[in-house]
Amino acid sequence: MQDNRIRLHFSIAIFLLFIIPLCSVSAAPDGARLFAMNCAACHGDRGNGGIGIPLSLPDFLGSVTDEFLFQTIRHGRPGRIMPSFRHLSNEQIDAIVSYIRNLTPVKVNLLPEGATGDPEKGRDVFARKCARCHGPLGKGGAGTGVNFTRLHNLPIVAPGLNNPGFLAAASDRIIRTTLLRGRSKTPMLPAAKMGLTIQDVDDVVSYIRSFEKGFQQSKNSATRSIEPTLLTSSKLPFDATVEKIKRAISAQRLRIIRSHSLDDGLVPQGSENKKRQVIFFGNLHQINTLLAIDPRMGLFLPNRITIMEQSDGKVLVAAVNPLRFGQLFNNANLEYTARELHNTYSTILGEITE
Amino acid sequence: MKTGPLPRHLLSFLLLMLISLPLHADHLIMVRAHKPLAATLGQLRQAIQKQGYTVSRVDMVNIGLLGMGYTSNKYRAVFFGKAGELDELAQKYPRLVPYLPLRIAVFAEGDSTLLVTINPSTYGSFLPAEKPAELLNRWQKDIEEILSHVSR
Ligand code: HEC
Ligand code: HEC
Repeated sequence: MQDNRIRLHFSIAIFLLFIIPLCSVSAAPDGARLFAMNCAACHGDRGNGGIGIPLSLPDFLGSVTDEFLFQTIRHGRPGRIMPSFRHLSNEQIDAIVSYIRNLTPVKVNLLPEGATGDPEKGRDVFARKCARCHGPLGKGGAGTGVNFTRLHNLPIVAPGLNNPGFLAAASDRIIRTTLLRGRSKTPMLPAAKMGLTIQDVDDVVSYIRSFEKGFQQSKNSATRSIEPTLLTSSKLPFDATVEKIKRAISAQRLRIIRSHSLDDGLVPQGSENKKRQVIFFGNLHQINTLLAIDPRMGLFLPNRITIMEQSDGKVLVAAVNPLRFGQLFNNANLEYTARELHNTYSTILGEITE
Repeated sequence: MKTGPLPRHLLSFLLLMLISLPLHADHLIMVRAHKPLAATLGQLRQAIQKQGYTVSRVDMVNIGLLGMGYTSNKYRAVFFGKAGELDELAQKYPRLVPYLPLRIAVFAEGDSTLLVTINPSTYGSFLPAEKPAELLNRWQKDIEEILSHVSR
């Protein structure tokens, strides 16, 4: 009996010793499949661009190294929609990089290292020549994607350069090459066409590099955890709470779109729990603004507040915390509107909070 | 049969390896379906029902997008859940309520359609204390199944 058990342990152990390495080695990661699963929704099946910028253009692929692609995938672009893929193994990322390379086979050809530039002069060049697309602080253009049912000739959004993911991936040489060469078929022109001298280019490269100094500070504020839900208990009974919330919404000059029980449509008609009500509200301008910044925001539109009477008789009022949107969608451009929305919710909930 | 400590550790190690290989570690899950919005919506409804959920509502989100550079207003939010489950969840986890019923946003991009939803593992991070691990795992599995059915 004891013997049998030891034998069993032994054979399971041997079996596992064989199977574990097999799991990771036997199937060489399939770059096409990994790209389809993780990237194609944003960048298009063949890297032609969408919510994410194009990845298949010769000027792009000729001006960046495999290391740049690898690090971009690993770190993502914090606050710029492009997620970080921390859960992928090095081999999986390598496979994706090869897949991207094969989209448009071109030789990587970086231009030589430049002279040391002057970041102060670079700041001036940036303000004059780059800020209108890349944003005044280099945080990137607003909005997403070229086409989310939009006209296809709308320009590609300029990436964030004042971004820890971008600067961890891009060497000065890559930035310099991109500037001198530009990226044809995109709004990014070569430096000469923008009226820049070689000295201007080297200055602006050192200015872009200097953004790194600001990152430690913002890292501290980003890791602060934000409550996902605004939850408060009402000082009023259920019906009075619903009425008061409706009046508070109208007082904000927002339109009540509809209201129904939380389980509406899920349980047979008539058997809904009437003590759990959702009120939907908003205005067209706000909905359109949020969708234009990030089409994925439709998950939370129109706004809604849920009022529920719990089994202990307590009346709770709950709404998503818009301050969490920036993090949830990895989109810093949502933050301004999200803060406005947070104020709106807070004012409304303030009306009934004990 | 009682297993001794050695295989149990190895087994849980193996399990851990399998569980820790999620396809999407992001807060959101997004997939592309190579068909127009209407066909995608039809398939999505079917896939949701096949996983044992009820579609409670299909909302038009962007009544006013026309004329803002958008060529069509093809945007829907599909809500779904299991009858009865919602009430119990609302009682136990009021923090989750604004995120329920579960939802998938569906919008056209050119000839294809994008589908996006919140990764159920994200809800886990909303509930630091006693997480309904089994429920979150089921949602994860079901949502991945639903989305892969539609994007196939
Ligand atoms: C007319 C708008 C526009 C202007 C002006 C412009 N850019 Fe760009 N830039 C873009 C776009 C769009 C892209 C993305 C191109 C692509 O799809 O590959 C880009 C890409 C880049 C990149 C590569 C970023 C990455 O993620 O790989 C760098 C670096 C850059 N620009 C720097 C500059 C600098 C410096 C200036 C000013 C001298 C400048 N750009 C001016 C629109 C612009
Ligand atoms: C949720 C949408 C989304 C997903 C998913 C996504 N990306 Fe991106 N990606 C973006 C956006 C948006 C940008 C541009 C960032 C900016 O504007 O600053 C970007 C930028 C990039 C860049 C930099 C391009 C350049 O010009 O420097 C690379 C490379 C890239 N993504 C590769 C990938 C790969 C590979 C995957 C899959 C493993 C992936 N992305 C998944 C949205 C996405």
